[in-house]
Amino acid sequence: MMTLFTITDQPISMEEVVHKVIRKEAGAVTTFIGTVRELTNGKRTLFLQYEAYVSMAEKMLAQIGAEIKERWPEAEVAITHRIGRLEISDIAVVIAVSTPHRKDAYEANRYAIERIKQIVPIWKKEYWEDGTEWVGNQLETKAYPTGKPEGEDVM
Amino acid sequence: MITLLFFAYLKEAIGKERLQLDASSMTVKELKQQLVSDYGFDLQHVMVAVNEEYATDDRVLQAGDIVAFIPPVSGG
Repeated sequence: MMTLFTITDQPISMEEVVHKVIRKEAGAVTTFIGTVRELTNGKRTLFLQYEAYVSMAEKMLAQIGAEIKERWPEAEVAITHRIGRLEISDIAVVIAVSTPHRKDAYEANRYAIERIKQIVPIWKKEYWEDGTEWVGNQLETKAYPTGKPEGEDVM
Repeated sequence: MITLLFFAYLKEAIGKERLQLDASSMTVKELKQQLVSDYGFDLQHVMVAVNEEYATDDRVLQAGDIVAFIPPVSGG
């Protein structure tokens, strides 16, 4: 059976993810492709490593799919997220949404990536020229240079 | 027996991704307190999942449960 919500350690084929949601009722397919960025706040990333709690991460992706079905009943969603070592410009995640009309496809796709950043147990470790760090909170606004929260985050 | 799973910086801090704990009928909160005192790390922003479902501090743990400590996620 085709799996709509997948964690993989292999390169992601965008076309494969898109084909999971294409169907005759759909007039629109939106895709989101998350790629590895070289510069973050002026710091140069050499490569990064994604780690996941795979079984739970796939369940949470499926939950996001169910949430989208509730809000946009006509949407079909497929999400594949890669783990392991990724180089600059490699694809980390592909989200494809098909709907009869484009507005819903855009909105549902945006919803999916925001929810991934909130609830899916996947972590990103950045490898810099001068060290490593685990990226911090869900919204990527905070990093933990020492590998753990400190200062204002510590009770 | 309860199985504890650790990820990201917690896994590195402990040096392993899995621990077995001979305990039951303790709450998630009590388990967190024990880990804080044993390992000295901050679990303030760490979510807990029991058997792959997010759980609250008052959840009571039973033998056989798999308890995962989920640091702030950063997928996407």
